[in-house]
Amino acid sequence: MIAEALVVSAILFVIGVVGVLTRRNAIILFMCAELMLNAVNLSFVAFAKMHNVTGHVFVIMVMTIAAAEAAVGLAIIISIFRHFGTVDLSKLRTLRG
Amino acid sequence: MNSFFEFQFYLFALLAIVSALLFVTRKNAVPAALWLVNVMFALAGLYVMLDAPFVGAIQVLVYAGAIMVVFVFVVMLLNLGRNEISDLRSLGARLGAGLMGIALLANLLVAQRNKLPRVASAPALDNVVEPVAASLFTDYLVAFELTSIVLLVAVVGAVLLAKKRVQP
Repeated sequence: MIAEALVVSAILFVIGVVGVLTRRNAIILFMCAELMLNAVNLSFVAFAKMHNVTGHVFVIMVMTIAAAEAAVGLAIIISIFRHFGTVDLSKLRTLRG
Repeated sequence: MNSFFEFQFYLFALLAIVSALLFVTRKNAVPAALWLVNVMFALAGLYVMLDAPFVGAIQVLVYAGAIMVVFVFVVMLLNLGRNEISDLRSLGARLGAGLMGIALLANLLVAQRNKLPRVASAPALDNVVEPVAASLFTDYLVAFELTSIVLLVAVVGAVLLAKKRVQP
C-alpha cells in the first residue's frame, strides 16, 4: 500500500503543478498550492507507515504552516482586489502601489 | 479485513485523483473549491487506511473545515463566483505545462521505483495519538513552539493586510 500511496501522491502533486502553470486566477493558484501541500502530506504519512511516527509530526507542522499561509495569502489577494479590481494575474503588471 | 482495507484504499485513491482532475478543470472558483474539499476528504480516508486516523481527523478539521471555508468565503467576498470567462493561459503555455507535468510525473515515479529502500511496513499500533504527541512535545518541541509564533504573526499580518486603509 505504501508504494501505491506514493504514486497517488506524485499524481496529485503533478496535477497541482499543472494547475499552477495553466491558470491565471490567483485564488485557483492558491488552491493548487494547497493541493501540492496535501500531496506531500500523503507522502509523509506513507513514509511514517514505513518507518515511524515522525512523519505524522511533520504532517501536523505542514498543516499549521499551510493554515498560516492561506490566511496571509488570502489577505494579500483581498488587498490586491481592492486596489486593482481583479485577481487575474496577467492583468497585474505593475509593482507600484 | 486486509483486503477490505485495500479495496477502501484504492477507492479513496481513485476518488482523490478524479476529484483533483475535476478541481483543476473547473472554470468557476466555487465548484473548484468544493471539488478540492472532496480531495481533502478522500485524503483523510487514505490517511486512515495508512494507520494514521489522528492525522485524518486533523485533515478533516483543519483543511476541509477551516482552510477551505476561508477560501470559499474569500471567493464569495470578492464576488468571483459569476465570471464564466476562461482564465486559462495561452495554448503554448498549456502545452509546455502539460509536457512539464508529464516529465515531472515520470521523474517522480522513476525516483520512487529505484531510489527507495524496500522496507516492510511497521505493524499498526493500537494507540496512535500517544507516540505522535510524545514525539511532538519532546524531540520537536522547539519547532512546535515556533509554529505558534508563526500563527500569531500570520493572524496579525492577515488583519493588517486585509483591513481597509484609513485615509489620513
